[in-house]
Amino acid sequence: MMPVTSYLALGAILFSVGLYGVLTKRNAVVVLFCVELMLNAANINLVAFSKYGLYSNQTGQVFTLFTITIAAAEAAVGVAILFALYRNQNTVKVDRYNSLNG
Amino acid sequence: MIEMNGEFIAFLILSIMAIGGAVFMLNFVRVVHMVLSLAFTMLSIAGIYVLLNAEFLAAIQVLIYTGAVSILMLFGIMLTRHRDQEAEGVRPWHKFFSFVGVAAFLGILLHTLYRTPFTEETADVGRFSVDWLGETVFKQYVIPFEAVSVLLLVALVGAVILARKESKS
Repeated sequence: MMPVTSYLALGAILFSVGLYGVLTKRNAVVVLFCVELMLNAANINLVAFSKYGLYSNQTGQVFTLFTITIAAAEAAVGVAILFALYRNQNTVKVDRYNSLNG
Repeated sequence: MIEMNGEFIAFLILSIMAIGGAVFMLNFVRVVHMVLSLAFTMLSIAGIYVLLNAEFLAAIQVLIYTGAVSILMLFGIMLTRHRDQEAEGVRPWHKFFSFVGVAAFLGILLHTLYRTPFTEETADVGRFSVDWLGETVFKQYVIPFEAVSVLLLVALVGAVILARKESKS
């Protein structure tokens, strides 16, 4: 039997890679996609605990369905905000968005 | 110790594919390649869902992530400026400190995970079914379901309004 720890470790590694991408990438689209990767890593944990655990049942998959829905809405709104920003600032580099800089 | 069985080998291959896609995403220079390799990662995660007896979620993952979200991000790249590549060595210290911070975070996380005594019990996998999933979503979780549908509608309208060209007035 596969222990649950392997799946949790996979989720942790993917989350860390996504976090590093969010912190270092300069293209705003790639930053958005790295956020999606982090959400996916969390989903792996939910599905893993729906199979392994003391009171494990299929409810974890229901939660994952809701998370995927929210993530899709987040991606759509994020890309829309990005287009509006691109039209105003004419760049997609996240470190150029400094109009709130004092 | 983990015995070598089919599930373990499949998990090993799928997780290497997923992590490899994510790491390649960090190293690619062109933005389109990054999105494609991350789509590959999402596809591998769908395989992980199949291993965890969540076949419906695997189908949803392929539809939403490797299909819809990847295409959305490709649209986002194509409609903005994508010719300029990731500049190298602009802020080396920023990259270094980010790497150290994330590595420390991952180290603490893995250390905690491998020290925690998780139970060996497994759910009754034979009773997992799409029927049960649908009944639960539409009976027990019907109010969150409706709330999510309203949220999706609001997000759709909001995205259209945000991305629309502003009028002259």
